[in-house]
Amino acid sequence: MSGHATFEPQNKYVKWFEDRLPILGLVHSSLVAFQTPRNLNYWWTFGGILFMFLMIQIITGVILAMHYIPHETLAFDSTEHILRNVNYGWLIRYMHANGASMFFFAVYIHMFRGFYYGSFKGPREGLWILGVIIYNLMMAAGFLGYVLPWGQMSFWAATVITNLFSAFPIIGEPIVHWLWGGYSVGQPTLNRFYSFHYLVPMILFVFVILHVWALHVVGNNNPTGISVKSKQDTLPFHPFYTIKDAYAIVAFLLIFVWFVFFNPNQLGHPDNYIPANPMVTPPHIVPEWYFLPFYAILRAVPDKLGGVLLMFGALAMLAVMPWLDRSKARSLTYRPIMAVFFWLFVIDALFLGWLGSQPAEGIYVIMSRLATAYYFLHFLIIMPLVSTFEKPRPRPESIMQSVLDKAGDASPAKEA
Amino acid sequence: MTNADTVDESRRDFLYIATGAVATVGAGLACWPLIDQMNPDATVKALSSIEVDLAPVEVGQAITVVWRGKPVFIRHRTVKEIKEAKAVDVATLRDPQTDAERVQKPAWLVMVGICTHLGCIPKGQKVGDEKGDYDGWFCPCHGSHYDSSGRIRKGPAPLNLLVPAYTFLTDTKIKIG
Repeated sequence: MSGHATFEPQNKYVKWFEDRLPILGLVHSSLVAFQTPRNLNYWWTFGGILFMFLMIQIITGVILAMHYIPHETLAFDSTEHILRNVNYGWLIRYMHANGASMFFFAVYIHMFRGFYYGSFKGPREGLWILGVIIYNLMMAAGFLGYVLPWGQMSFWAATVITNLFSAFPIIGEPIVHWLWGGYSVGQPTLNRFYSFHYLVPMILFVFVILHVWALHVVGNNNPTGISVKSKQDTLPFHPFYTIKDAYAIVAFLLIFVWFVFFNPNQLGHPDNYIPANPMVTPPHIVPEWYFLPFYAILRAVPDKLGGVLLMFGALAMLAVMPWLDRSKARSLTYRPIMAVFFWLFVIDALFLGWLGSQPAEGIYVIMSRLATAYYFLHFLIIMPLVSTFEKPRPRPESIMQSVLDKAGDASPAKEA
Repeated sequence: MTNADTVDESRRDFLYIATGAVATVGAGLACWPLIDQMNPDATVKALSSIEVDLAPVEVGQAITVVWRGKPVFIRHRTVKEIKEAKAVDVATLRDPQTDAERVQKPAWLVMVGICTHLGCIPKGQKVGDEKGDYDGWFCPCHGSHYDSSGRIRKGPAPLNLLVPAYTFLTDTKIKIG
């Protein structure tokens, strides 16, 4: 893949600058000349959508930090103050809260796209693992941010999640007291979570840069999963994919603004409009929707440490995926059996999400156990076995060929 | 290196390793203040004990007091509850403890009202609350059931509700912490 700069400045001042810091050439090679497979579908636009949401979160977050006060007696009121009194505060706060939800919605589609088309497979293991790290950082940032308004759900989410660490023998309790800065969640906890909520996105941003860098080393995967073989297979990123991404971003923004303007509290929990009360646990604690599948896994086991380990194990599965799938074909388009298991896995993940929103009793616990078992079965048994024994269907000779086949024209194109 | 013959290699290796070891330990020690600053500070540690008057609490009633930012359940147990707590075969418990090990006076059960699973506050203090399958407390978060001695009987919690250090100052007054 030709990733080198073809940027040749005409202006002598630009050239002077470029000779000293070739940053414009870097931008040109990354966002203009970057050779991209010509057959990318709309599932590939979510990288751009995610980058836009990262920017939205950073900008609205910096603004919210100008008005928010991280103190146990003032945090809730200052959040209400933002909503009621600050000029456009309602807009900025709801953009930030719903932006987090949209960020996760987009990242789940981005991840499932990687599952389906085999984007996690070699040579993109590093790119994939950087993505898994970003996903984990997103969850940390999402959780920390959810605590800041200091409502009932904020407080009890902080209590339950920090208590996960108490599952570890001996070191558990000292770790939890260290995280809290006290013997329960309180002012020191809120204050440091505010600091971390500002820190984590900075780390996340660095990993996004690494993720994009890794992408530009190995190049995009594509719906056929076959590698780029010649210049015919690719198009320059600009204008082809800048326009395609922009179109998808606008479409996705419609969903976002619908929530922001018409249903800003739909994805939140009403109990978070009750100020935090350390003496009363809400009758039914649920995390934000994007944590629900992992929450269901946590609650599926009648053992505290076991539940915690399974939950972290569920995340670890993502990181080791590149070595669990042994098929030579990347895209499930050519692996009909694995494609069936892919959709079963999607259903299982959604089912776990639903179970996570239900009370932890009776039939829900049993169903959570079955769905959790299937989650691990998918990664540890189905993926290695099916990928070893399924013979992939014949794949097209090249990306260009697949495009022509689709167009119903088998004659090779003459244009370069 | 031109004078390699004259250099004592093992002596040089020792110097490298020793320097590296001291630097590593030094860097680790330098990190400690950055880590320890997050631990409970002096003001948090200072608020360590409270006194509670038990006189107004009738048989069958329960009160919740705050100690170190946490709720402490104090229950004036009924004869039935004490009987139930004593009747349990300790060998069948997840966290085996007799009722006598958990109380100083059988009528008064004092314990930290925080579920040992993930820190929610169990239901069972108020009259209308769900008390779980064992006539004690029930944690609504993840479904742990505690008996009338606060011992874990069913659900994900690993341990019995914690009994804090407390002393009876008089017959109707205790000091927690």
